[in-house]
Amino acid sequence: MTDVIVAEGLRKRYGDKAALDGLDLRVARGSVHGVLGPNGAGKTTLVRVLSTLLRPDEGRAEVAGHDAEHEAYDVRLRIGLLGQHAALDEELGGRQNLEMFGRLYHLGARHARVRADELLERFGLADTGRKPVRAYSGGMRRRLDLAASLIRDPEVLFLDEPTTGLDPRGRAEVWAAVRSLVGGGTTVLLTTQYLEEADQLADRISLVDRGRVVADGTADELKARTGGDRIDVVLRDGGQLGAAVALLPLDAAGVSVDADRRLLSAPVTDRMAALSGVVRALESAGIEAEDVVLRRPTLDEVFLHLTGDDHRVKEAV
Amino acid sequence: MTTYALTDSWTMTRRELAHWARQPVRVLVGLVFPVMLLLMFGYLVGGGRGVEGEYVDYLVPGMLALTMAFGLEATMIAVTQDLNKGVIDRFRSMPMANGAVLVGRSAADMLQSVLSLAAMIGVGYAIGWRVHGGVGGLLAAVGLLLLFRFAMLWIGIHLAMVAGKPEMVQAVQILVWPVGFLSNAFATPDSMPGWLGTVVDWNPMSQTATAVRDQLGGPGGEPGHVGAAVVWPLALLAVFFPLALRRFARLSR
Repeated sequence: MTDVIVAEGLRKRYGDKAALDGLDLRVARGSVHGVLGPNGAGKTTLVRVLSTLLRPDEGRAEVAGHDAEHEAYDVRLRIGLLGQHAALDEELGGRQNLEMFGRLYHLGARHARVRADELLERFGLADTGRKPVRAYSGGMRRRLDLAASLIRDPEVLFLDEPTTGLDPRGRAEVWAAVRSLVGGGTTVLLTTQYLEEADQLADRISLVDRGRVVADGTADELKARTGGDRIDVVLRDGGQLGAAVALLPLDAAGVSVDADRRLLSAPVTDRMAALSGVVRALESAGIEAEDVVLRRPTLDEVFLHLTGDDHRVKEAV
Repeated sequence: MTTYALTDSWTMTRRELAHWARQPVRVLVGLVFPVMLLLMFGYLVGGGRGVEGEYVDYLVPGMLALTMAFGLEATMIAVTQDLNKGVIDRFRSMPMANGAVLVGRSAADMLQSVLSLAAMIGVGYAIGWRVHGGVGGLLAAVGLLLLFRFAMLWIGIHLAMVAGKPEMVQAVQILVWPVGFLSNAFATPDSMPGWLGTVVDWNPMSQTATAVRDQLGGPGGEPGHVGAAVVWPLALLAVFFPLALRRFARLSR
């Protein structure tokens, strides 16, 4: 499999802040690649460089076989972009927008019209009539925006935080639309600050922090890097958390406690031994548990583990 | 890439026309404003220092030139609003001809100017202004006015990109007023203090107004100004047209 996006040593400064600080990235053709990181990690800057909107100060980006800086036109022929803010003409209607973009993609007037109808149908926007985009709901706007980025069947599709600011229903709509693209051969680069989104949609994930990639791999690989599985114990009485930590047969250094949720969590090596050990210890000490679960670590824990930073990646609502 | 320059520019022009169709009132207001100015100066302010002959024959050509100069403002506002919209990112990420966004804007603005000239000529006629230079003179005058507008247009586009944000545009916009009024639109330079008369004489807009008056055969026209009324706008275009295109290509990159 060849890499359809290659970024090497990308740097971009705004004043004294480095938005990109030596970022490297490779994305395999036909995959969905998630770029996950907190606000201000450099995700949008990365997408703008890759989609030819921004020149990097240093480094090189190649998209669909062409240099994003020096062969911008060739790159633009092969990409679709769904930015964070709707890139639509708000005064015009949905069909007018798609027809206009179709003409600008040089489909010709007739084909542009046919393509517009196809896409409106496919994204459930066929009955919006003449209503200007200004009057659309957030979810509708995003779907139209996505439709616009698919007019030319792009080789590479950039989705920059496609669900930020949408309600759960709008988010579900966008997720369904992205899933429907997978398998069509389009490579998708998706940025998100939602763990769940990356977990759900992406084949591989790059964790980005402060303008560089801090880890790269499948969700499972990344989770394995924190040292494997964890056990969560939820107590009936949060006041007993301290006592439980002291007596349970767990690696004390790895235990984290969340008093609000009456939860203690710890890494485990032997899953079954840890589970039965915990249950037995709780029983003999007379501490009542509401829940005991074995689980894989969350990406949040991976992020914390790799950056040593506070919880800055959001859980999806 | 350049093979699509024309079709892409036409698509962008159609976009502006579609906006007109959506907001006919806005278009109408744009046409009414200069007509109002004309009536105001014709009736309220009146006078016309230093003008020999019918003042209306002096005023109307001046107002036509002033309207073209004020077009700079309209262009600036439109470009600034456009550039601060998300849709620009889509245009810039598409394989469309560089500058088609701007050329589309300029085509639509030129069309608006033609309508505006037609409205003012109509109202001017109604308040007693007459063309004394025949149809040929009228066409030549309109040509000079549109050439001047075209130069103002590209200055407006460039300034809009330099200013960037709408707040900055307001500041730059104010500059249009002295350029518009430090001209011979309402009064002859001879009637002004010496230094002011000189400034007013040098104002490219005065050159256009004088040449237009000459073509229309009213007071204030001087033969031999047509050259200046052609050269000034072309010189301004030679500077600002490439600057604007270059600026757009490098926009936030």
